[in-house]
Amino acid sequence: MFDYDKWQEIFDSLKRHKLRTFATALAVWWGIFMLVILLGAGNGLRNSAERDFADDAINSLFVWSNRTSKPYKGYKAGRRIRFQNKDAQAVKTKVEGIDNMSARYFVSSAYQTEYNGKALTFRIRAVEDTYQVIEYTEMTEGRYVNSIDLKDKRKVAIIGDLAKEKLFGKDTKALGEYVRINGTKFQIVGIFTDSNKREREYIYMPLTTAQSVFDKIDRVHDMVLTVGDATPEQAKVIEKNIRTELAALNYIDPEDEQAIGIYNNIESYQEFKMIFSGFSFFIWFVGIGSIIAGVVGVSNIMLITVKDRTKEIGIRKALGATPWSIVSMIMQESIFLTAVAGYLGLIMGFTIIYGIDYLMKTYEIDDLEFFYNPEVDFASVMLALIFLIVCGTLAGLVPALQAARVNPVVAMKS
Amino acid sequence: MIHLKGIRKSYKTEFTSLEVLKGIDLSIEEGDFVSIMGSSGSGKSTLLNILGLLDEYDTGEYTLDGVLMKDLSQTQAALYRNQFLGFVFQSFNLLPFKSAKENVALPLYYKKIPRKIRQEKALEYLEKVGLKDWADHLPNQMSGGQQQRVAIARALISEPKVILADEPTGALDTQTSHDVMEIFKEVNKQGITIIIVTHEEDIAEMTNKVIRLKDGNMVTE
Ligand SMILES: Nc1ncnc2c1ncn2[C@@H]1O[C@H](COP(=O)(O)OP(=O)(O)O)[C@@H](O)[C@H]1O
Ligand SMILES: [Mg+2]
Repeated sequence: MFDYDKWQEIFDSLKRHKLRTFATALAVWWGIFMLVILLGAGNGLRNSAERDFADDAINSLFVWSNRTSKPYKGYKAGRRIRFQNKDAQAVKTKVEGIDNMSARYFVSSAYQTEYNGKALTFRIRAVEDTYQVIEYTEMTEGRYVNSIDLKDKRKVAIIGDLAKEKLFGKDTKALGEYVRINGTKFQIVGIFTDSNKREREYIYMPLTTAQSVFDKIDRVHDMVLTVGDATPEQAKVIEKNIRTELAALNYIDPEDEQAIGIYNNIESYQEFKMIFSGFSFFIWFVGIGSIIAGVVGVSNIMLITVKDRTKEIGIRKALGATPWSIVSMIMQESIFLTAVAGYLGLIMGFTIIYGIDYLMKTYEIDDLEFFYNPEVDFASVMLALIFLIVCGTLAGLVPALQAARVNPVVAMKS
Repeated sequence: MIHLKGIRKSYKTEFTSLEVLKGIDLSIEEGDFVSIMGSSGSGKSTLLNILGLLDEYDTGEYTLDGVLMKDLSQTQAALYRNQFLGFVFQSFNLLPFKSAKENVALPLYYKKIPRKIRQEKALEYLEKVGLKDWADHLPNQMSGGQQQRVAIARALISEPKVILADEPTGALDTQTSHDVMEIFKEVNKQGITIIIVTHEEDIAEMTNKVIRLKDGNMVTE
């Protein structure tokens, strides 16, 4: 039943103590609001990082060449190392534990791709057939680069769906059409899509084709490989073996870490996981901290409330108020206040987090490096709010009980 | 109505014990109009608070309307207060943030009487003390005499058997004091027992029976 009088009393009392009401409400509001914002921002950061990892196989290694930093076997330091097919072949056959591997050749970004009088520049990569698995490429039409393409150095290309739209337009069929890349004709044999937007603007072609058309030697710009479900330690061993192989083939000091660049995704992922478990710990730490601050705020205010109202409580008791009615009066007031303030904090926090999410989605700001899809688990925040209310009132219960027990004569004298 | 037998009460602090009531035997019948007199510190308020179940006594027996009032829980005491007793204090003890009407209606709230009836009754009782037109005023907008009349209306509204008044005229001038006493007389005529604590002879003279306290004992007339 709706007890009009009780609510009347609650509103009266809150109105009479505006500053105190405001201070309590602010403490609770802030605690919940900050918790939502922190959780949302933390999840946004994590989601963006996880998205980046989701794009490529988590268990991948990238190998590329630099200048040497140490003289070795009569060679001076500073010599430019260039990998070739023989290097990729050596890694592929001699290093154990490799799951999939593809050498890559990056076609000059100055080359134009033409179709029907329209010339655009795209990023073009030449890869092996195994690269599809490594990059998680999803074909929407046609096929990927295959082994026959590689063997016969076929002049074929596959194109990302966004690149296709730019070059051909939305409605024009691209599959089977010919494009000219730096003057050479390539047939489009596949169209693909990818979870990464940048990837979808790429063009791929067979490694061997690119090497023979665009280069005089069989250059390999880098190698990408996956290592199955190797542990970070095993991946480290594989990394070392790759170094040894490549160093021997290219007269590099085996100790020369700089000449051969290796990016180990497993290690980064492991680090990333560490950082983020630390990060979520921090978020919860701060969040719980602000909730505790809210609880302390509420119970403090309750103490003051009770002190302030001792005389009133005495009078009410003389008129027949039971201790319980006194306790419940004080409790209800604080529960109402914390619930409303906490709920407002929750709503405002969610509005901001999901407002940002909405804006990012509407304006397709989905390539922001560090922030993506901020989200907050409503249930856990609700739980936090309930926890806050329960703690706040429990903390307030003690002074309320004391107040209810005070001898009315003494109370009325105060 | 009220029977006290060998009531003793002492206030104990950590090191001292002050015996305020040293064995009070007293009977007050229904419809009596009694005053309790005595010098300051003689234990008048203490006695009245015990009668009003606002304070506990140490030994002895207190029967109110045939029921022994001993070792009551706070809740029980609250219920008896609400049912049998009405209070009037020297310093009025109105809730400053409530209007006269709301103050008068308050005891009925603890009797769980519906709001509408409370409001009507409050106006009725304010009329009895001649303050109907002041129903919506706050206590600080009224004179002392008016505030005390509001307090009396508040004591009466729950239709108690006994009204306990601790120096109800202590803060009022002579004329106002007499007005207040007139109201008490009227109330008493309707059969309600009234016990007034006072140290003013002229006030005591208006009651039917005077009980004198001296050093925690009753002084027989
Ligand atoms: N709560 C208390 N604690 C300790 N001493 C008290 C308390 N209340 C009253 N007294 C003492 O008891 C004595 C009687 O007080 P009281 O009944 O108020 O006297 P009166 O109303 O006759 O002036 C006084 O000496 C007073 O100081
Ligand atoms: Mg006194």
